[in-house]
Amino acid sequence: MLLARVVGRVWSTIKDAQLDGHKMLVIQPVDADGSDRGAALVALDSVGAGQGEMVYWTARREACFAFDPEVPADASITGIVDHVSLERS
Amino acid sequence: MIIGKIIGEVVSSAKHEKHEGIKLLLVRQLDLKDQDQGAPFIAVDVLGAGVGDKVLMTQDGWAAMTAVKRMKSPIDAAVIGIIDEVELLPEFSRAG
Repeated sequence: MLLARVVGRVWSTIKDAQLDGHKMLVIQPVDADGSDRGAALVALDSVGAGQGEMVYWTARREACFAFDPEVPADASITGIVDHVSLERS
Repeated sequence: MIIGKIIGEVVSSAKHEKHEGIKLLLVRQLDLKDQDQGAPFIAVDVLGAGVGDKVLMTQDGWAAMTAVKRMKSPIDAAVIGIIDEVELLPEFSRAG
């Protein structure tokens, strides 16, 4: 899974029927310090994430397991990040 | 599998139900000279690894789900070992 910030939302009327009802968010991957890292992408939301929030998302084939039934997605938001602790607990 | 270093712990209250009760660690891949490689990623952990540990990781979903015994979960990386030592040929060693 990877860290990202939600920076937008995609609306699509004509799409795969299995995507109906799913929120599609634009996410910008970020580094441990919160700085942008790489290209933005679109991810399906499984946890109710919103604009500006730090999230973590699941990539590749495993992304479709965030939903039951599975959906044709290769990126799914699977958590809203409260904080990242960089110290040993 | 890859070698990584735990650089942080990710705390998330609102997360996928299949991630409940599993620790999420922020990991950076290391090369053989212990230099950071690429962007950090989040891996699930059931072994009790912590910040600073050098670990063995898998970035394959099937392997990761098997490691934490949660099949059909949105999990793409897991800690599968805490490394005591990596023994290398001299030409691959840190000093080399």
